[in-house]
Amino acid sequence: MDAFTTPLLAGTATGALLLIAALGLTLTFGQMGVINMAHGEFLMIGAYTAFVTQQVVTNADVSILLALPLAFVVAGMFGLLLEVAVISWMYRRPLDTLLVTVGVSLVLQQLAKDIFGAQGDPVVGPSWLAGNIGVFGYNWPYRQMFTIVLALAALGGLAALLKYTPFGRQIRATVQNRDLAETMGVSTRVVDRITFFVGSGLAGVGGVAVSLIGGTNPNLGRGYIISAFLVVVAGGLGQLKGTVIAAFAVGIATAYFADWTSASMAQVATFALVVLFLQLRPQGLFTIRTRGLV
Amino acid sequence: MLELRGVTAGYGRTKVLHDVSIQVDDGGAVAAMGHNGAGKTTLLRVAVGLLPVMRGQVLLDGEDVTRLRPSARVRRGLGYVPQGQLSFPQMTTLENLHLVTTDRAAIDEVLDTFPALRGLLSRRAGLLSGGQRQQLSIARTLLTRPRMLILDEPTEGIQPNVVAEIEAVITELTRRGDLSVLLVEQHVGFALRATQSYYVIESGRITSHGVGGPGAVDDVRAAMAV
Repeated sequence: MDAFTTPLLAGTATGALLLIAALGLTLTFGQMGVINMAHGEFLMIGAYTAFVTQQVVTNADVSILLALPLAFVVAGMFGLLLEVAVISWMYRRPLDTLLVTVGVSLVLQQLAKDIFGAQGDPVVGPSWLAGNIGVFGYNWPYRQMFTIVLALAALGGLAALLKYTPFGRQIRATVQNRDLAETMGVSTRVVDRITFFVGSGLAGVGGVAVSLIGGTNPNLGRGYIISAFLVVVAGGLGQLKGTVIAAFAVGIATAYFADWTSASMAQVATFALVVLFLQLRPQGLFTIRTRGLV
Repeated sequence: MLELRGVTAGYGRTKVLHDVSIQVDDGGAVAAMGHNGAGKTTLLRVAVGLLPVMRGQVLLDGEDVTRLRPSARVRRGLGYVPQGQLSFPQMTTLENLHLVTTDRAAIDEVLDTFPALRGLLSRRAGLLSGGQRQQLSIARTLLTRPRMLILDEPTEGIQPNVVAEIEAVITELTRRGDLSVLLVEQHVGFALRATQSYYVIESGRITSHGVGGPGAVDDVRAAMAV
C-alpha cells in the first residue's frame, strides 16, 4: 500500500505547488501570451518575503500568516514593475520577451545572492504545521496538506475573481479580443498591469509554501519554471481547469517515477510523457469551443 | 461631432487612406460606401483609434483625440460596432453585456431593442449564430451610451430575416436625433435610406460626397462604378 499511497500523496502536494506556480502563468502566458521566464523568480521573492517577515516577527505561528499576503503584494509589485518597465514594450514580440525575461531572471537571482547570500536561509514552520497524519501507512506531513489547501484557496480566489468581478470580466475580455475590449471602454493597459500583478503575486504565495518545505534559495525558481510552463501548455492555454488537472497529473507522475527510478530520472520521464501527450494533443487538455471565427 | 481632417493612414509602409477628410455633424447620419479594399474599415479603425494616423487629425466634439487610445475615445462618447459580428466567445451573452455595465435598467433597454437576446443570456457568445452575435455586438455598444456611433457593415453575412431587424434598429437609431451615426455598408439602398448624406471611397480617397436619401442611389452606384 505504501508504494501506492506515498507517491500519490507526496505527488499531490508537489502538484499543488506546481499549480500555484502555474496559476500565474495561466494568466500571463496562457491568457496574455507573454513568455515570462522570470516567473520562477517571483516564487523566490515570495520565499524571501517569508524569511524576512520571520526576521521581523519571530513568532513563526504568526509570521507565516503575515507572509502570505505580504508575499502576494511584494511579488506582485515586482511583476508590475517588470510589466511596466520591460514587457509592455514587447507585446506581440514573444521571442524578445523570452530573451529579455531570461536576463531579468538572472538579475533577480544575482540580486538575491547579493542581499541574502548564495547559501539560502531556513524558514521555520509554524507549530500548527508540525507533525503529520497517518494515511494508509504514509505519514502525511501537515506542511504538504497546507500546500494543497493553499493551492486550492489560490485557485478558488482566482476563479472567483475571473468569474464574478468586473475586473475579472475585463481580464477575460482583454484575453479573448484585445481590440474589441478597448472599443468597449476597457483600458487594456490597466488590465495588463493588474493581471501581471495578480499572476506574479500568486507565484509569491507559492514561494511561501516552498520556503516551508526547503527554505529559501536564490535559484529556487529554476526548479519550477519549466514544469510550470509544461503544466500550462498541457492543460490548454488559458484554461484554469486544464491547468489544475495538468498540475496534479505532473506532480503525481513525477512522484511515481521518482519512486520507481530516481529524482532526476523522474523529471526526464515526466517531461517525455508531457511531450508525447502534446504530440498527440497539441492543443492541450482543454480548448475553446466556438461556433465559428468569433 | 466627428471629424477626420486630412487623414493619411495604413499598415506598415503601405498607405491605405490618402488625405481623407469626412465630417459627421451632431445628430447626423452619414454613410461611407465603396468596394472591398477601398479603405472603409481602415477609415473607421482610424476614427476609433485602433489604427494610428500617419498624418492628419481626428476630432471628437472639437477635441483632438488623434493620440487617445480607443477606450479613452469610448469614454468621450464614441461607440463602435466592428465588422464580423465580433464578441467575447467564452463569455455568456449576459457577461458580454455586463462587461460594459451591470445596470439592470440599461440592459433591459437594449434587450427590448433586441428581444431575441433575452432567451440567450446564459449561452456562450461563441455558440450564437452570426445574426445573434451581431445583435449582441450592437446591444453591447449601445450600453456604452455613445453620442457618436460607428457601424462597420452591420448586415454583412447575416441571414435575411435578421438583416431586416438590424436595418430597422439602425434606421431607428439614425432618426433619434441625439445620436450621430457613421455607417459603412455595402447595401447602397439601405445605407442611403438610413442616412442623410454619403461619402464614396475608392482606393483610399473620397471620390464623391453628397446628400443621401433614396434618390441618391443612382449617383452613388455611378460613383462606385468609376
